[in-house]
Amino acid sequence: MPDLLRLIVEPGFFSSEPVQVALIAGGIVAVVSGIVGSFAVLRGQSYAGHALADISVTGGSASYLVGVSPLWGFVGVGVLAAGVMDMIGVQRPRGRDLATGIVRGTGLGLAALFLYWDTTHTSTTGATITILFGSMFTISSSILPVIGLFSVVALGIVAVVYRPLLLSSVAADLAAVRGIRVRLVGAMCLVAIAVAVSLSAMTIGAILSTALLVGPAATGLRLTSRPGLAMTWAAVIGLAATWLGVLLAYDSFYWPPEQHGWPVSFFVVTLIFLFYLLASPVGRRTARRVPAGRPGLAGG
Amino acid sequence: MTDREASGGSAELLRAEGISVWLSGREVLHDVGFSLGRGEFAALIGSNGAGKTTLLKVILGLQPVSAGTIQLAGQLRGRRHPVIGYVPQKIQLDPDMPVRARDLVGLGLDGQRLGLPLPSAGRRARIDEMLHAVGAAQFGDARVGNLSGGEQQRVLIAHALISRPQLLLLDEPLANLDIASEQDVVALLSRVAREQQIAVLISAHDMNPLLPVMDRIIYLAAGRAASGTTEQVVRTDVLSALYGQHVDVIRVHDRILVVAGRGEAEPVPPDPAIHPHGPAVTGPGTAPEVAGPHRPETAAGPGQATAAEEATTTVRGR
Repeated sequence: MPDLLRLIVEPGFFSSEPVQVALIAGGIVAVVSGIVGSFAVLRGQSYAGHALADISVTGGSASYLVGVSPLWGFVGVGVLAAGVMDMIGVQRPRGRDLATGIVRGTGLGLAALFLYWDTTHTSTTGATITILFGSMFTISSSILPVIGLFSVVALGIVAVVYRPLLLSSVAADLAAVRGIRVRLVGAMCLVAIAVAVSLSAMTIGAILSTALLVGPAATGLRLTSRPGLAMTWAAVIGLAATWLGVLLAYDSFYWPPEQHGWPVSFFVVTLIFLFYLLASPVGRRTARRVPAGRPGLAGG
Repeated sequence: MTDREASGGSAELLRAEGISVWLSGREVLHDVGFSLGRGEFAALIGSNGAGKTTLLKVILGLQPVSAGTIQLAGQLRGRRHPVIGYVPQKIQLDPDMPVRARDLVGLGLDGQRLGLPLPSAGRRARIDEMLHAVGAAQFGDARVGNLSGGEQQRVLIAHALISRPQLLLLDEPLANLDIASEQDVVALLSRVAREQQIAVLISAHDMNPLLPVMDRIIYLAAGRAASGTTEQVVRTDVLSALYGQHVDVIRVHDRILVVAGRGEAEPVPPDPAIHPHGPAVTGPGTAPEVAGPHRPETAAGPGQATAAEEATTTVRGR
């Protein structure tokens, strides 16, 4: 048994500090992304989530210039962009694509400028790769409490407005007649999405954070018809993909090309996709499943 | 019509007075007024574009008015009104959504509350009871997006009723249903209204499926309304005044046809020769609440549309 474990887990995995930080930070972020991402998928705001992640690159790259953790930049700019997108009208069907496109374009333009300065005017090497594609093993342990804080904020928002948000997502009309402020609830959800993608920008990178937001959530809602359970599945799948990804990346140090290791983000994203494929047959059954004894009630 | 009205259990629940609504430069509702008693079953009848949905949204407080007031149980309408349950007209329920019929009904119970829902035996029992009451128990665990139109209608009715409202509004619940489901839904609504003493206001473009169960009719045409019992409102003189052109009300067996032109039960082609001004409204003793000036230029359209619709419906129904 120890031999088998040794075969899967290379020596020093659990005692390495970068690995520990990666497991903690990556795990927290995966859970947040899975749960918040379920609402993004449910509300058809996957593209908005993706745009928020892209825009947060602006903040992340600016953070390198002023010398603070990119997390502050990711979250600050992400939340700001969520506000602007809401003002332009992200919650109207046609306004949604428009708002997302406009804000995303502007944000990425600034990001191009900041990333250029990052690589030319400062001595930071590899900043561009870290911001775009993440680097879980370079996360400083001092930033862990901040990651925890933002995670509590994102999960707290979703927990507080859970029922009004779910009802507005199912049918805005039904929510409005109950006195629910549909727009306010939607804006709060967008802020939670912004925080979630900013957090995963820290672990698997800004460009790839959509994968963690959308992939596990899309898999979760294929596995079950219960909203709470679908979110739990999303969190579990995100967590499994992240931890397994960290393990494989650690092991890959001994894979060709020797002594370099493969990027952890590659493994995480690939695993998310594999889980999605595995869940597909189950999903088809779940979607089609009709309880026995249901009479043939015709109509519409 | 039914014994409920006669038994006088109708302390006033809803009163609309002088409702006018302008939408993008057009007056959609003009000086509409009516009242509804507790436990009454009322039909809001009018052809497409007559302003039915707008009027329902006014009652729900979702549509601002340019004039008029809505009183619920004697109080002016505020932002929150748990006394009203609502079943909207068209609702797109995505089959990919992991939301079961019972989840949607549960959101009818406490969807506006903050915080996470805690599972409780009492809550579950109440949802089961409600699913059973609307005949949706068999598909309570199925995804709402996978249900048929008639089944979704039942779930939405359960969603609206579980918070025990005093008034239930339904926007065209019979549209897009086949005749069997149509009769099922009408029977269900009538039964629930009676059992739970809930006033029901249901909009429809065809009054016939509702004739056996309704106590009161609110007839909308060209943005104006006439209300009362079917006998008081669905008459040649009252509806002609409402439409601003002559229409005939024809009773065939147990069905009522409203037909433009004189004495033709078949669908009539649009006749430009029809004089836009019909006969005058008879005295207030027989014809209640026909409000607003004649607007013949807009009235011609709905009049003929109704005629064609009623005739078509009859052919389908028989």
